Amino acid sequence: MNRLPGWVVGLLVITPAVGLAVFYAWPFVNLIVEAIDAESVRAVFGRQRTWSIVWFTLWQAAVSTAVTVVVGLAPAWAVARFDFPGRRLLLSLLTAVFVLPTVVMGAAFLALLPDSLDRTVWAVIGTHVVFNLAVIVRTVGTMWEHLPPEMEHAAATLGASPGTVFREITLPLIRPAVTAAAAIVFLFTFTSFGVIRVLGAPGTRTIEVEVWRRATQLGQVDQAAVLALLQLAMLGLLATWSSISARRSARALDLRPLSRPRRARTLRERVVVSAVAGTTAIVALAPLCALVVKSVSTPSGWTFTAWTDLGSAEIRPGITLGLDPLAALTNSLRTAAWTTLFATIVGALAALGIAAAGKAGRILDAGLLLPLGTSAVTIGFGMLITFDTDPYDWRSSWWIVPVGQALVAAPFVVRSTLGVLRAVDPSLSLAAATLGAAPVRAWREIVVPHLWRPLAVGAAIAAAISLGEFGATSFLSRSGSETLPIAIEELLGRTGSVLQTKGYALSVILAAATIGLVMLVDRTGAIASGRAVERPGEHPQQGAGSRSSSVTDPASGSTAAQWSTDARR
Amino acid sequence: MRGADVRLAGITVAFDGANILDAVDLTIRSGEVVGLLGPSGSGKSTLLRVIAGLVIPDAGVVTIDGKDVTRVPTHRRGVGMVFQDNQLFPHRSTIDNVAFGLKMAGVDRSTRHARAAEWLTRVGLGGFGTRSVTQLSGGEAKRVALARTLVTEPSVVLLDEPLTGLDRELHDQLVGELAELLHATGATAVIVTHDADEAGAIADRSLALDDLQGAGSTVRDHGNR
Repeated sequence: MNRLPGWVVGLLVITPAVGLAVFYAWPFVNLIVEAIDAESVRAVFGRQRTWSIVWFTLWQAAVSTAVTVVVGLAPAWAVARFDFPGRRLLLSLLTAVFVLPTVVMGAAFLALLPDSLDRTVWAVIGTHVVFNLAVIVRTVGTMWEHLPPEMEHAAATLGASPGTVFREITLPLIRPAVTAAAAIVFLFTFTSFGVIRVLGAPGTRTIEVEVWRRATQLGQVDQAAVLALLQLAMLGLLATWSSISARRSARALDLRPLSRPRRARTLRERVVVSAVAGTTAIVALAPLCALVVKSVSTPSGWTFTAWTDLGSAEIRPGITLGLDPLAALTNSLRTAAWTTLFATIVGALAALGIAAAGKAGRILDAGLLLPLGTSAVTIGFGMLITFDTDPYDWRSSWWIVPVGQALVAAPFVVRSTLGVLRAVDPSLSLAAATLGAAPVRAWREIVVPHLWRPLAVGAAIAAAISLGEFGATSFLSRSGSETLPIAIEELLGRTGSVLQTKGYALSVILAAATIGLVMLVDRTGAIASGRAVERPGEHPQQGAGSRSSSVTDPASGSTAAQWSTDARR
Repeated sequence: MRGADVRLAGITVAFDGANILDAVDLTIRSGEVVGLLGPSGSGKSTLLRVIAGLVIPDAGVVTIDGKDVTRVPTHRRGVGMVFQDNQLFPHRSTIDNVAFGLKMAGVDRSTRHARAAEWLTRVGLGGFGTRSVTQLSGGEAKRVALARTLVTEPSVVLLDEPLTGLDRELHDQLVGELAELLHATGATAVIVTHDADEAGAIADRSLALDDLQGAGSTVRDHGNR
């Protein structure tokens, strides 16, 4: 066999393995230890407030999911069945909204909604719905496209009215996709953190937000740990339930290859399709436009001062906030650079190691997926309590935030590269060997050159994740070194139009940067990784959904949408 | 069952600017079985869809038994259709597929199951009711599709290349069965095919779609066979 020598594989995997153990496993164990305390458990479960938070978390997620599904079905139908001007643009727009950092999305709705609706549960639900529309439209739309219109026609010739056709034929057949998409939306809204930090009020707290509040605001670390584990347990139940129900609803459908979307023919079709597409576009664009408008308007009129004075920390002459928006921007860029570097190096080493190690590589592969199944808040919280005491008081180190973010981002780098590496034909290495190349040399000449393009994609994803990361960063960043999302949340949380407009201006910058990066990934990603890339959705929770059926192929909808699912953490 | 008169007058359908049907006139008498011939892409299937109401013509009138149905939606036309690839509903059992049309007509459960079972027996698939349609062979699926359409006793039956893609032996066997079934029901039928022999074996008369294109300028009737 022309395998890499063991010591090379060992060198490759040592860094990712140690990193995972130190920065993920150890904090996680600490979290559990912290939570195993009869006193704390009693305190948490004995409090009425805990149950009202659990209840709120559940019902707002359920309502958000249900509304997203109902609202998303119409555009899913329109893009699956019809080819209309701007169809691709509409899909890109929905994806762009979907990949926005949570804090930016919260800010956008804060900007859009009238004051009377701000900081209500309805604002939160509305944000969740628009945020996640892309999940429904992409996932359900893809399956709908594979459902032949002829099937619906057959039902019509048997006497079924359009409503009956939808109820009796269409809906049952697209249900696996609907269920899968709904599970993903529920997961996102159940663990909603950034949106609620910006938009929420005391009555609208999710478990996630309560973990943060107890840990960082109230100093009840033990109780926060209990809540974090409670949430993890609930997520585990959800994932199990969703994979069981997905398996049950999966059906070997004899679905034909794509029936191409067609032009609307009759006047009625044209009117309905344009109404659906137009409304969806407005719904997706309005928050983004509101963000821009609010960054240049104050109660006293239009002004560009938020933009021109972005670097000034002064609110009024002589009074400073202690928060410098422009510094947050540069700090975010610096953090993103380090995160990208860490995630890319570790991800590349891990991918090369996993690809070369065969069976043993699967352990590291699975291990690297674990951070994806854990909420960013839990990761940040674990690191906070672990690296807070001597001799591991690394909290004040400049690298702790990039490391936390890299933990969130590295699995995506691995996902984007591993598939390509595995797709390299092993017989090429054998051919190289017959030409006289030693195993290491053959590997360097044959396998390694395939690394660069997917790695570039992975790096862009890591940068996007870092720029928008809020969950883990909320725990790890310190005042004076805020990243953009942290600064935005703080600015919007204060009163005073000067601060608000600056918060909106920063949101516009962050939105533009994220959308730019993701569009770049979408363009090059499809070329670089092609279909060889494994589905990024296949991690413990989202995987439960996307594995549901071979024809539910959310990955084929858009690489960016999938890759960036965690950019919003 | 009595078949309906079907008249098409000046039917024009354009897709992406090109006329796929150009002022087509066609009269089919009650109970007649008509074969509609033409190369693929000539608009045969589109013409069937115009009769079924699945495609609304840009111009022209469709009348069934003297009633203008041009704007009547498919589900209220009482027109049955058999599709080339059957379009059986994969999430329903065989019996529920066959009974679907009766369910839409509001027939109660036990009656529609009895009638569906009757039709399954008639097409040689007695006892197949509980099977999943995804496990049927090509010939079985075709028979189920026929039964599903005919059980509702439509006054007009449209068949879109019903026997295309089946192997020779099965094809020849089904040609005979189909001819028998269609004539036995007494329904007016239009069968679209590119196989003149097949049309000859099943239909009372055969028409070439190309001859129907362009109002008034074409021969409307190739005469009875």
